Amino acid sequence: MLIRKSDSNSIPSSEITPRSTYLNRRTLLTAGAVGAAALAADRFGRVMHPHDVRAETKLATVSSPLSTKGLTPTSLYDITHYNNFYEFGTGKDDPAKYAGSLKTRPWSVKVEGLVKSKKTYDIDSLMKLRPLEDRIYRFRCVEAWSMVIPWVGYSLSEFIKACDPLPSAKYIQFISLDNPSEEPGINSVNLDWPYSEGLRMDEAMHPLTLLTFGLYGDALPNQDGAPVRVVVPWKYGYKSAKSIVKVRFVDKQPHTTWNDMASDEYGFYSNVNPNVDHPRWSQKTERVIGAPIWKQRQPTLMFNGYANQVASLYTGMDLRKYH
Amino acid sequence: MPNRVVVFLKVLVHIACLAPIAWLLVHLFQNNLGPDPTHTVTFFTGHGTLRLLVITLAITPVRRLTPKLGWIIRFRRMLGLYAFFYGCLHLMTYVWLYAGFSLSAMVDDISQRKFITAGLAAWLLMVPLALTSTAWSIRKLGGRNWARLHWLTYAAAIAGIIHYWWGVKQGDRSPMEITVVLCLALAARPVLAWVRS
Repeated sequence: MLIRKSDSNSIPSSEITPRSTYLNRRTLLTAGAVGAAALAADRFGRVMHPHDVRAETKLATVSSPLSTKGLTPTSLYDITHYNNFYEFGTGKDDPAKYAGSLKTRPWSVKVEGLVKSKKTYDIDSLMKLRPLEDRIYRFRCVEAWSMVIPWVGYSLSEFIKACDPLPSAKYIQFISLDNPSEEPGINSVNLDWPYSEGLRMDEAMHPLTLLTFGLYGDALPNQDGAPVRVVVPWKYGYKSAKSIVKVRFVDKQPHTTWNDMASDEYGFYSNVNPNVDHPRWSQKTERVIGAPIWKQRQPTLMFNGYANQVASLYTGMDLRKYH
Repeated sequence: MPNRVVVFLKVLVHIACLAPIAWLLVHLFQNNLGPDPTHTVTFFTGHGTLRLLVITLAITPVRRLTPKLGWIIRFRRMLGLYAFFYGCLHLMTYVWLYAGFSLSAMVDDISQRKFITAGLAAWLLMVPLALTSTAWSIRKLGGRNWARLHWLTYAAAIAGIIHYWWGVKQGDRSPMEITVVLCLALAARPVLAWVRS
C-alpha cells in the first residue's frame, strides 16, 4: 500500500487552488472584460477565453526528497494553455485547442537498439513499474520564460535499469508520436518529424531526470505530452520529449530535432546557462509565466538552479562550445 | 467630401487607434493579458506599428486606383503619427520589460542581435518623419524635398518586417500575412505607373 507522507516543505496537491474555483474566477473576470474587449482584435480575444481543462485521472503518488523545495507552482490553467508542442501548431494556445484529438489509449512504448532484448511496454504497466512520485521542478524554456510544475513520475533511471541496456549504449534517444491524423501540426509545421530528442547515458541515469506521467496529481493533459514524456529540469524545455512512443539505446550522439533545425541556436546539451546567450536574446533573465507584468522578470540560475546536483556531469567541458 | 464628414471620420480614426491601447492598459492592471503578459504587450504594440505603417503606405495607391477616394489623403498624417506612437510603445516595452532600463543590456542587444538592430533602425527611421509632420516643416523643406524625405516610410516598414522575421523561430510563418500586404503596397506604385505609361 502506498502511504502518502506529508512533507512540511513541499506543497501538497490539496493546497493548490482547485481547478473549478479558479476557472470560476476567470469566468467572472472574462464576463467583466467582454465590453472593453469588443474593440480589440480577434486574436487578443483568445487570451481571455479559457478552454476547458479536461477532467483527468487522479494518480496515487508518494512524496519525494528530489522535489524542489520552496517554490510556488504555476497555475494549472497556465501550465495547460501556454505550451510549445509543434505537433499541434506553433501558437502557444494551439496545443490546448487541438490536442484533444490525441488518443493516449491504447499506447505502448517500444524499447530498441543496444539492449539485451527488445521489449514493448504497455502504458498502464509502465505507470506501475515504480511508485509515482510528486516532483516539483523549475521549467525553463529556451525562449526565456519559466514555470514551476508539479510533475508526477519516477526517475528515468528505474526504467533504464528495467530495459537492461548493453554496456555499449552511450546515449538514449526518445522518439515522439508522429501521427498527422491525431496531430494537425505535423502537416502544417515545417520540422523534420518525428520529433527526436536524446541524452547522454549519465544524464539519463541522473535521479532528477523524470519519466513523467502526470502533473498536479492527475494524468498528463494531452497538451503537456500525454501519456508519457521525460522531464530534464536543468535543460531547456525542448530536451524534455513529449508523447514518447520509442526509446532507443545507441552508441553515438543521436540526432535531435531542434539541433538539426538550427545548431547554433539549439545545442545537443542545451543546459540552462545564464552566461551563454541564445543568438537572438539574452538568457541571463527569464519571464515568469503567470506573474503580473511588472514582476515577470527574474534572473536565470545556472543549470536552472540544479547546479549542486548536476554540475559534476559536465566537469572539464567547455559549456559555451557544448551549449 | 464635406469637411464635417472628414472631422467625424477623424474622430473615429482616433478612437480606433486609441481604444486598443485603453484595452491593453485595463487588462495590464488586471493582470489579464494571458500567461505571458510581456509577450502579449510586445506583439500587440509591434503588430499595431506594422499594420498602421502599411495602412499609411496603402493610401497613395488606393487614391490612384480610385480617384473618388482622393480625400483619404487627409488621414495619412494622423495614421503615420499613430504608427510612430505604437512604435514608441513597442520600444518602451523593450526598454522596460526586456532590458530593465539597463543601458549595458541594450548596448549588448543592439550590437549582438540583428533583429533588435533592425527594430531600432525601423524606429529611428520614423523619428525624422514624425518630427517633420507639421505644415510648417513642409513649407520650410519645400514640397518636393519633404516628399523625398518621407520615402523613408518605405524603409521603416521594410526594416520593421525584417525585424519581425528575424525575431520569430524557424518554422514560424506568422509574419507572412503582413509581409504580403506590404509587398502589395510597395509594388502598387511602380505597377500603376507602368500600366498608365
